[in-house]
Amino acid sequence: MKQKNNNVLPVMMAPRNRQTDPFRLKAWHGVVLASIVVLASIPAFAAEEPTRASMFEVLVRWMPLLLQGFVFNVVISISAMAVGTITGAALGLGQISLNGWVRKFAWITTQFFRNAPWLVLLFFAMFLLPFEIKIGSLIIPLPDWLKAIFGLSLPVMANVSEIVRGGVISLPSGQWEAAESLAFSRTQVLWRIILPQCVKRMLPPWMNLYSILTMATVLASIVGVSEMMTLTGQALAAEGGRTDLLIPFYSFVLLMFFIYCYPIARWTIRLEKKFAVIN
Amino acid sequence: MAWSEDQPMVSIKDLHKSFGALEVLKGISMDVMKGEVVCIIGPSGSGKSTLIRCVNALNDIQQGSILVEGQEVNDHNLDKLELRKKVGMVFQQYNLFPHKTALENIMMAPLLVLKQDKAEVEKLARQLIKKVRLEGKEESYPGELSGGQQQRVAIARSLAMNPDVMLFDEVTAALDPETVNEVLLAIKELAQDGMTCMLVTHEMAFAREIADHIYFTDRGVIVEHGPPDTFFDDAKDPRTVEFLGQIL
Repeated sequence: MKQKNNNVLPVMMAPRNRQTDPFRLKAWHGVVLASIVVLASIPAFAAEEPTRASMFEVLVRWMPLLLQGFVFNVVISISAMAVGTITGAALGLGQISLNGWVRKFAWITTQFFRNAPWLVLLFFAMFLLPFEIKIGSLIIPLPDWLKAIFGLSLPVMANVSEIVRGGVISLPSGQWEAAESLAFSRTQVLWRIILPQCVKRMLPPWMNLYSILTMATVLASIVGVSEMMTLTGQALAAEGGRTDLLIPFYSFVLLMFFIYCYPIARWTIRLEKKFAVIN
Repeated sequence: MAWSEDQPMVSIKDLHKSFGALEVLKGISMDVMKGEVVCIIGPSGSGKSTLIRCVNALNDIQQGSILVEGQEVNDHNLDKLELRKKVGMVFQQYNLFPHKTALENIMMAPLLVLKQDKAEVEKLARQLIKKVRLEGKEESYPGELSGGQQQRVAIARSLAMNPDVMLFDEVTAALDPETVNEVLLAIKELAQDGMTCMLVTHEMAFAREIADHIYFTDRGVIVEHGPPDTFFDDAKDPRTVEFLGQIL
């Protein structure tokens, strides 16, 4: 009986630690990406003419304005997310209403906005909404960015509606039955028992949606809102349409979105894993 | 029509229940008096669970009548919440609320539904935890408890509403064998305290020990019923005899 190690089955061996995701990005990857942007402007040094500033100098000069534009993108994304989440939650609850008409209305609205291109919705918001609203003597102006928030909140609303509906129906029916057997009213069951459990499940898809929305805010450039893409275009035009500036400028835009959205994506994955273990 | 205690607490008459075209209950009648313990046994799919789920209106009824303390359940204007305050139910899968501790699970309904005073409810909840022998588990979440412990919390949660009737739907069927007895003990003590109970169960020895009356259902009808001794030792119906032969 000395042949101990020969008959060790694979299942009996200690589990190996799973390899960490080889594509996982660390902070220094961001530095690399940033340097690529900078290095992309190096050929400019070679081709430098005395009258023309280097690409890098131009980029640095415009950076404050571009960053200001990016902040605007973030503001639009957060606002559209807030509006879309509130209206979407209401719509999602409408989809599980006991009232057939409410349910039908919520379902149709959700499906309509979920299956419409975001850009088309944005155009509708831009051109269907007036530039100001008159209520008696009160005039409320509707600037473009406000319309953009409204336009982008529509698809968010429809997606949140589905997230809420999906979260609620994903709970085992036993939770409803147990709560109903304890004489909870439907409203109490929903708010005290069901929704508190759903929030956890709804958080990862909701964050995912926010990421997508943030990246979609550049669509607002097409309708003339002064966010980062618009300003980048204007900066390039102001520099006299130098083609060598295109790559560094747009790389900078890409980099900013990446720096903002990537941590959200990582965090979402972490939450998903965490909740997968608990449930 | 005023109900008095000498009338059946639960009176089922010619109950029919269908799911779509499938008729699950085909004319069931039974009376359960106050303090009585009734066990319903029978093969899978015979409609036992459906039967007791009709009593607290979790399932609706197509035809027939169920009176709970004189209150008709088969009534469109039925106040289900009032009915369910009187009828407690424990499920096969415990169905505790996973985001609340054991104590909170027990306290929720008296607080939110009966609007009772919080200090009183907490006192009651701690007594109930003690009653089902779970001292020390007050702050545990359902996920941290064994199946048997969860089921005892579920029993305490129902009792906190101070119901007149308790329904048990195969409450030991999902448990590990070693935890079945602790749950059965809790139910037995409840029965001894005089609680009116309707149990759907596969635990024959237990049914024989605690039941006042046993009903055997098959394919949606009651084929045999009687006091436990007569039922187990002297069954007449061939289907009952066959079933008992397989089980015992």
